Amino acid sequence: MNENRRSLLEARGISRRAWIAFVIVCASIYLIGVFIWGLLLNPETYAVHYENKFLAPSLAHPFGTDFMGRDMFYRSIKGLSTSLVIGVLAAIVSSFIALFLGIVSAVFGGWVDKLVNLAIDLCMGLPHLVLLLLISFMMGRGVKGITIAVAVTHWPALSRIVRAEVLQIRSSQYVQTAYRLGVSPWKVAVTHMIPHVLPAYFVGLMLLFPHAIMHEAAVTFLGFGLPAEMPSIGVILSEAMKHIVTGKWWLAVFPGLLLLAALMFFDAIGENLKKLWNPSSGNE
Amino acid sequence: MTEKRETILDVEDLVVAFRMYDKGFRKKDLEVIHSLSLKVGKGEIVAVVGSSGSGKSVLAHAALGLLPKNAVTSGRIRYKGQTLDNAKRKQCLGREIAYIPQSVDYLDPLMKVGPQVIGVHGTRERQRELFQQYQLPQETESKYPFQLSGGMARRVLISSAVMGQPELIIADEPTPGLDLEMATETLSHFRELADQGAAVLLITHDIDLAFHVADRIAVFYAGTIVEVAPKEDFLAGKDALRHPYSKAFLDALPQNAFRPIPGTQPYAGNLPSGCLFADRCPYRDEACAGEIPMRTIRNGEVRCVHAAESGTY
Amino acid sequence: MQLKAEHIDFRYNEKSPWILKDVSLSVEEGERVAIVGPSGYGKSTLARILAGYRKPVSGQVLLDEKPLPGKGYCPVQLIYQHPELAVNPRWKMGKTLTEAWQPPKELLDRMGIEPDWLTRWPSELSGGELQRFCIARALSPKTRFLICDEISTMLDVITQAQIWQVLLEESEKNRLGLLVITHNITLAQRVCDRIIELPRLNKDL
Repeated sequence: MNENRRSLLEARGISRRAWIAFVIVCASIYLIGVFIWGLLLNPETYAVHYENKFLAPSLAHPFGTDFMGRDMFYRSIKGLSTSLVIGVLAAIVSSFIALFLGIVSAVFGGWVDKLVNLAIDLCMGLPHLVLLLLISFMMGRGVKGITIAVAVTHWPALSRIVRAEVLQIRSSQYVQTAYRLGVSPWKVAVTHMIPHVLPAYFVGLMLLFPHAIMHEAAVTFLGFGLPAEMPSIGVILSEAMKHIVTGKWWLAVFPGLLLLAALMFFDAIGENLKKLWNPSSGNE
Repeated sequence: MTEKRETILDVEDLVVAFRMYDKGFRKKDLEVIHSLSLKVGKGEIVAVVGSSGSGKSVLAHAALGLLPKNAVTSGRIRYKGQTLDNAKRKQCLGREIAYIPQSVDYLDPLMKVGPQVIGVHGTRERQRELFQQYQLPQETESKYPFQLSGGMARRVLISSAVMGQPELIIADEPTPGLDLEMATETLSHFRELADQGAAVLLITHDIDLAFHVADRIAVFYAGTIVEVAPKEDFLAGKDALRHPYSKAFLDALPQNAFRPIPGTQPYAGNLPSGCLFADRCPYRDEACAGEIPMRTIRNGEVRCVHAAESGTY
Repeated sequence: MQLKAEHIDFRYNEKSPWILKDVSLSVEEGERVAIVGPSGYGKSTLARILAGYRKPVSGQVLLDEKPLPGKGYCPVQLIYQHPELAVNPRWKMGKTLTEAWQPPKELLDRMGIEPDWLTRWPSELSGGELQRFCIARALSPKTRFLICDEISTMLDVITQAQIWQVLLEESEKNRLGLLVITHNITLAQRVCDRIIELPRLNKDL
């Protein structure tokens, strides 16, 4: 199937690389667009209007309205934007933890490596959602609780990747040779190692975003995350649950699709960057 | 060729280019094999010698249909007079045409050796017979590849290649990592197969071994074959050879003068037009800038406009 | 100056078999010594130990009766068989060449390194071209011994002869000691004063 799509594209004179760039640009426009739109959105657009409650989707309200007559389209945009902010922030913090632990573990080895690996196994062994609920609850829920919970639980997988990359380059002949040529360890780290680890790190970071956002929404949905008055996808979906049995399908479907699209776009960016940077598929 | 043999593999004006990204979205073609012509006859071993990484393996991959997706080819490859296309390959590969790969990694690590050698078309009797012939103990068949030594793994690869009693064997660097004794022994198996009537294309960078076992030697330079000559000519010394590169090549061997000529092989992305050896050649003139055809001189073939019957220019 | 290995034992871990057992040898400055032997006899491991890339399980490597320096420039340098692994694929060749010192123009000319290559990526050069860079990189005046581990095995014979011509000149001119590891006996006879067969040196194996 992939084969067919490729030859079709080639027949129209579109190179694979141009296609990848196109996907990345489209995904970025959607994500950055939603993010900025949500930040600048006038709260009036999703204010309470009891006279309009439970309207089905129409031109005036493309996503319908909820039990308080709030416009679901604007509320979803605002909510997704909030989720993006928290998710991206938490993912970045998490990726820094991963970068630090991965490098430390590979460079020092020995008991440091053992300790980091133990922490990784421990973190991965516990059910992720339970860990998130626990930390969020302990940190007092709200924006602070959920952000900390997401930030401190998403590093293990990326730590492993970073550790493997550093181990690989540390044992490479050109790094070994650099040491014997009298280049200082500090300079080797800056000139050889960091440029080698960065691509894998960025791809890992991109692939972290959807996880962080989804987990933020999930914890909020279960009532351990963001407060009910804050528009967020998790809050919207959990409210929708009360009304979905009475046929108010639009309350869950449209915000859900918006979230799904955001997650898939982050995934598309990550996967496509990986293809571009991977030498074996880079020339296809 | 000294006597008239039936031609089994006939490569004519083969060109292989890889489509690569240049800057941004622009693509460029990197030509790694250019106008390469070579014939392999029934019962003979033809060795293609040249440095590693110069594209010799690409020749084998082109014949076997193993090129990566971004490769573009032109020219003709014929097997027993018929064009070797994907349909023909499907019919012949693993039976009439056998491939002995460069690396023992081509063995499936999760499958016992016996069933692997038998494959789709083989029989247990033939496998036992081959193991006996190649001095592999019978219990080898129930071992996994990681339990074999390097030499045994090689012999397993050879057994699996000759399972179907092939008429054409393409071997890509079959001897690296083997000591001289093992390498000679491996190559003596090729000799036996050729004596039984198979055509063998042996791709190697080990000149000494090529001298040892081949009937004819093809000299590979910058993506093409500049000379194909009987082994005896190489052993007789540089005056018996036809191409100035082959002569320089012989001169640079440690057992001969160990004297290099200056310069380097042109790189695939940066080839001169006309003769690829011209910038290093003492006999270069205007004629070298044009099309250089493959000519037959004294029982050998050469891609040089100045090569003459007498061996001088 | 003298590079000396004394009673070197090596194996990867306690369960694996010995690769080197009680190996001793010495190379004088300006001397060219070949180590020959079939593959799998620990030639490359010995090369790495002599250049300080690996520590032996027991025994020691001495340079003028002192251990090799752990930090800073090591006067014993190693050239590998596969130059494409010995250069950073993300660096242009000019940066790789000058990582330790600035090789003079005259050396680059003799090595056959063309100025145009300095701005290329490693993937744009052949193995023979890359190997010239690796050798020039290691020929700083601070280098007293050069260990050549099958450095021309993968190259075409003309490049092989070119590279050895320069190395022999350097060895004569600067009294550089060469330890040549190869399976090619004719090459060893051609470039070296003395040939050691590793299987004989490696006792109890």
